[in-house]
Amino acid sequence: MILTLGHFLSLGAILFALSIVGIFLNRRNLIVLLMSIELMLLAVNTNFVAFSHYLNDMHGQIFVFFILTVAAAESAIGLAILVLLFRNKSSISVDELNTLKG
Amino acid sequence: MSQTLSASTLLWVPLAPLVGSVVAGVLGTQFGGNLIGRRACHSITILGILIAFVLSAMTLKSVAMDGARFNETLYTWMVVGGLKMEIGFLVDGLTAMMMCVVTFVSLMVHLYTIGYMEEDKGYNRFFSYISLFTFSMLMLVMSNNMLQLFFGWEAVGLVSYLLIGFWYNKPTAIFANMKAFLVNRVGDFGFILGIGLIAAYAGTLNYTEAFAKSADLATLTLPGTEWMLITVICICLFIGAMGKSAQFPLHVWLPDSMEGPTPISALIHAATMVTAGIFMVARMSPLFELSDTALSFIMVIGAITALFMGFLGIIQNDIKRVVAYSTLSQLGYMTVALGASAYSVAVFHLMTHAFFKALLFLAAGSVIMGCHHNQDIRWMGGLRKYMPITWITFLLGSLALIGTPLFAGFYSKDSIIEAVMDSHLPGAGFAKFAVMAGVFVTAFYSFRMYFLVFHGKERFDQNPDAHHDHHDADHGHHVDHHVPHESPWVVTVPLILLAIPSVLIGYLTIQPMLFGDFFKDSIFVNMQLHPSMKALGEAFHGPAAMAIHGLSTLPFWLAVAGVALSYVFYMLKPEWPAAIKKTFLPVFNLLENKYYLDWFNENILARGARALGTGLWRVGDQTIIDGAVVNGSWKLVAWVSGSVRKVQSGFLYHYALVMILGIFVLMTYFVWLK
Repeated sequence: MILTLGHFLSLGAILFALSIVGIFLNRRNLIVLLMSIELMLLAVNTNFVAFSHYLNDMHGQIFVFFILTVAAAESAIGLAILVLLFRNKSSISVDELNTLKG
Repeated sequence: MSQTLSASTLLWVPLAPLVGSVVAGVLGTQFGGNLIGRRACHSITILGILIAFVLSAMTLKSVAMDGARFNETLYTWMVVGGLKMEIGFLVDGLTAMMMCVVTFVSLMVHLYTIGYMEEDKGYNRFFSYISLFTFSMLMLVMSNNMLQLFFGWEAVGLVSYLLIGFWYNKPTAIFANMKAFLVNRVGDFGFILGIGLIAAYAGTLNYTEAFAKSADLATLTLPGTEWMLITVICICLFIGAMGKSAQFPLHVWLPDSMEGPTPISALIHAATMVTAGIFMVARMSPLFELSDTALSFIMVIGAITALFMGFLGIIQNDIKRVVAYSTLSQLGYMTVALGASAYSVAVFHLMTHAFFKALLFLAAGSVIMGCHHNQDIRWMGGLRKYMPITWITFLLGSLALIGTPLFAGFYSKDSIIEAVMDSHLPGAGFAKFAVMAGVFVTAFYSFRMYFLVFHGKERFDQNPDAHHDHHDADHGHHVDHHVPHESPWVVTVPLILLAIPSVLIGYLTIQPMLFGDFFKDSIFVNMQLHPSMKALGEAFHGPAAMAIHGLSTLPFWLAVAGVALSYVFYMLKPEWPAAIKKTFLPVFNLLENKYYLDWFNENILARGARALGTGLWRVGDQTIIDGAVVNGSWKLVAWVSGSVRKVQSGFLYHYALVMILGIFVLMTYFVWLK
């Protein structure tokens, strides 16, 4: 079996779809939400790497490093907010976080 | 006075009464702290009127004898585009005659008021008002342009309003003055439209300049229609005259205006103000001559007023109202004369009427005083024993009114009838009938009143309302409560002074006024088209001959018949009128309700206007503007934001879903559709 570009793109799409479903279906845990976002970024990274290899262009792989860095920073901030949120509301359930409305 | 008239002299004619009015009105009332008393007030106002009268008489003399004329602008108020708004005087025969009539009657009324208003609390205020009226009326008649005419027109209307409601705690007086004001607004609306049309098409408000362009105006039509412009202008102007001179159907205010004190009924609502419309039409004769349609309209309106208002006089029991309806009827006669292009005859009747009608009103006021403010002629009778001077003067006034040969009214009224007979305009047939029948009716109601008041049984002790009828101005002669008494000299002297011209003025002035050149540059008549004046002149052979000829004409015998009938009805067979009234009850009811015109105005016009207003308020204002536009806009915003707000649930996953769906939509668009 030869791995073609299509396989990699399929993997990325599956990952992306999983993460979207994770965002929508998840009503309990904010951590799962953060993980879904990470997964989404990873799906994008997979695509970048696949295209980079396929097109013989290193720029895509450089971009992956950027994204990994941003994702790490974002996770750190997200987790910090999460901790503060938990201190204030004693809950990280997504269903109870509905103050962001008109 | 020299040959010419000087502006400063003329200026003092209206200014002297104004000064008197301001002094009496400011210093003599609570407004200025009651600084001067009653004697000072009536002295200064009478002095003002006296100055005006003397100057007017001198003006008349130099106009009539030396042929002096004056037509100058004294002050330019403003200039808008090419349209000048000015104050100026035009003095010719017509103006000089009007000035003398106004100041003379006003002087008489001022004197009379000293007696009549003796006990009234508003004594000083009253003098201030009547002097203000004299000022306004003089400004009206002396004007040389239409703006000043309109100013005077409105100012006399204002003073009329103030004086009808002089006893302002009487609800009927307040109703009457409001009615007079509103009905006059209808007329003034037409009047100002007419002036506006002249200003728009002639480009000037000055009489002389506007008349110079009248030939150009006559060729135009009103844009968008096929109406002759000149006809529209003349009818608009005449609508103004209808309001002020109380012509059908705008006459309804005049009988009610009798709520005011009697001196002003004489001055304003008989002798001067109500004749302003007649004066205006005569002044505008160069315009009216160009429109046969307008003249026909004027003649028919005048004929209706002359005849049908006379009928109403027959059934009235209030002495002032009988005289008021007689005034309406006589104004109708003047209007008919205007319609027949006999402007000078109309003005001639205006002058004689001013004297004898002021006399009748003042005499009626004297009767009212003598009867302790009873105005109902059913409760008078036999007064000639008690009030000899009032009796004689009233009789002279009545004889002048019905047109007894040699009296003033004969010359003017007979000339009107002759002029109508010679008119060939459409509507002249009806007018001929109306003026003829009007003579009979006039004689009948005048002498009905005369007999009921001065002859027959003494009924003044039978008045059922005698003890409830006293108003604020009660004279306080409570000693001989029921016995009438002659009035003091300040009342009887004006009666005598007015009786003299009522008898003589027609005989003396008919020659120069109608057939001489007294009005030659004031009044313009197209003799070819409207031959009434020419025919009158051909038939005229001196005032004495006219009087002798008058004895053999139909109007004289109609008047005699009217007097005779009233003698039969009210002296010989007093039970007959009651029987006739029973037989013709529907007719009587029609007259009693004044042809239901008041009913129509109050129930159809006023209520209709109120219903329209309420409707517009409910539908237009409340529903559309307030409801749909103002409240509707905030309600729409609130509804939209209310529904949009629900989209923002606050749940992260909803927002995320929207974002993702948005991305899908954008991507679909960019990737596939673009």
